Amino acid sequence: MDILSNLAMGFGVALSPWTLMLAVIGCFIGTIVGALPGLGPSNGVALLIPISFSMGLDAISALVLLTSVYYGAMYGGRISSILLNIPGDEPAMMTTLDGYPMAKQGRAGDALVISGVASFVGAFLATIGLMLLAPLLSRVAYQFGPAEYFALYLLAFCTLGGIGSNNQAKSALAAVMGLGIAMIGLDKTTGMPRFTFGELHLMDGIDFLVAIVGLFAVSEVFFFIESHGKNSAIGVVLDKVRVPWRELKRTSGAMLRGTGIGFVAGILPGAGASLGSFLAYVAEASVAKDKKAFGKGEPRGVAAPEAGNNAAAGGALIPMLTLGVPGSGTTAVLLALLLTLNITPGPTLFTERPEVVWGLIASLLIANIVLLVMNVPMVKVFVKVLSVPSHVLLPGVTMVAFVGIYSLTGSAFDMQLMVAFGVLGYVCRKLDIPTVPIILGILLGNAMEDNLRRAMVLSNGDWVYLFSSPISIGLWIAAILGFLAPMFLRRFLKRPEAPQDAIED
Amino acid sequence: MIKADRIFGLVMILVALGYLFSATQIQTSFLSDPVGPRVFPYLIGVTVILCSVVLVLRPDANADWPGLSTLLQLAIALAVLIGYSTAVRPLGFIIPTAIAAGVLSYQINPKPVTAAATGVGLSVGLFVLFKMILGLGLQGFPRGWF
Repeated sequence: MDILSNLAMGFGVALSPWTLMLAVIGCFIGTIVGALPGLGPSNGVALLIPISFSMGLDAISALVLLTSVYYGAMYGGRISSILLNIPGDEPAMMTTLDGYPMAKQGRAGDALVISGVASFVGAFLATIGLMLLAPLLSRVAYQFGPAEYFALYLLAFCTLGGIGSNNQAKSALAAVMGLGIAMIGLDKTTGMPRFTFGELHLMDGIDFLVAIVGLFAVSEVFFFIESHGKNSAIGVVLDKVRVPWRELKRTSGAMLRGTGIGFVAGILPGAGASLGSFLAYVAEASVAKDKKAFGKGEPRGVAAPEAGNNAAAGGALIPMLTLGVPGSGTTAVLLALLLTLNITPGPTLFTERPEVVWGLIASLLIANIVLLVMNVPMVKVFVKVLSVPSHVLLPGVTMVAFVGIYSLTGSAFDMQLMVAFGVLGYVCRKLDIPTVPIILGILLGNAMEDNLRRAMVLSNGDWVYLFSSPISIGLWIAAILGFLAPMFLRRFLKRPEAPQDAIED
Repeated sequence: MIKADRIFGLVMILVALGYLFSATQIQTSFLSDPVGPRVFPYLIGVTVILCSVVLVLRPDANADWPGLSTLLQLAIALAVLIGYSTAVRPLGFIIPTAIAAGVLSYQINPKPVTAAATGVGLSVGLFVLFKMILGLGLQGFPRGWF
């Protein structure tokens, strides 16, 4: 009954009026961030980290606020998928397949309620799964030495690159670019500067928040200028929203199956929510007796991917908290948050800072209930927000990005660096080079090198040591498979094309 | 036709060579660990070159790159953002923000009046939000104005 007493402690932390208020605010902001096309969960959390840090929030408050934003964005992504056929964020892409046809048939309200409930089921069950599994995994993680951690980081890069991109060379290039950037600054062991070229600003290394905000948020500005903000959502109407109880009952199986699939996909390092919703949809469509209904406004086709994407969001927190290895872009940003707050994720987090872990879990449970209330009865509020024109939204987001970095570092150099990362992000996305591995490389680069060097100290420079334990051999094999397997699987599991004809029809 | 991937691959090979050269210049102390501060950067540089060679040899199809006029727009936006980074510290928050937000807004939707209103509105609104409500330490106007 360890879990119950821990959970009680967590609720003791999370149920104070202050944290509750932060959870509500976070859920609200998150849903908006998720719903607005062009502002995904990674963006939203990345923009808010420097601001919450400059506000001087303590660790638990900041964590509650930003994980609420994270979960909220996962809920919100479906709104524009259904109403506009534009996924609000990447994981919500599968929801467009049946959600938008439902909206065209005049059942937008039904689709929003079903997907809202599916999000709740997925996220709530995944949070319970997190509660049960994370302590177990953290016990396994105690077996990990530097050689195992090195292999684990490699595994994260390989699977993230393997699954998340269309070209292995490009994702590997992105990862090593990130690692290369992480090397800038003073070497921790010898205290010697590396790649600073005499520039004093670079001695401390490049702040990963600068890189994240630049790559995710500032690059978006260039995209919007290029497209002249065509992806905005003006003139959406939504009729009365009722709760379709019969449909909810009919889709409950789809929700549970989607949750299971999404949760497992989320735990795998590198897979994340997009894969979770994709697999959930494909599985649901293939077990259904009436396959032809999918893609034409089938409620189960809305319920399964939404449950899957939210369950994956919960599952992805498990490797992030227990091993310090994020499974997706957004959890990478949450890892950045933990590092900013001086919390080192890993097995020791569960024994040394239990109030952080259990407070987080309790606030996730609370956030889910808040989000269910916000996203079912109050969904109309967010539909209104969707009609903010992009020529107001984008300059606003950009300025928030600048305010965040400025108030965090107070330096013009860092802001210019952020703009440079924005240009890099734009070029990379044009070339179809994923940006998440870059972030992951910057975040994990120093830890990865550190573990390699410590392993070599233990073995006195013998490189065979890296493959000397069963765990590390397993991780190396998984890493190689995770990198190579998608090359062969890609032929069978083709990603659906992003919908393009959204506005015209 | 020239593939963008090839150009990027070549650029990255040059960058990686520079990176490797710079890594050879890292000073090691004689008390260092068996690996030292150079080996990991070497591994990174070599991997970048391997990946870039793959890009040069087997490039993907080109994306739609913007035309000359859009490129000019992007360059203007870039100049605005860099100018903003430089100006916001000496000039305070409100004036540079209004100008930068206004220009960006005009670039997305070319209506001068809307853009000006957006710029001023965002600048004042965000200042009130961040300074007065959230309590961040922002300087509103150039030092010495008030």
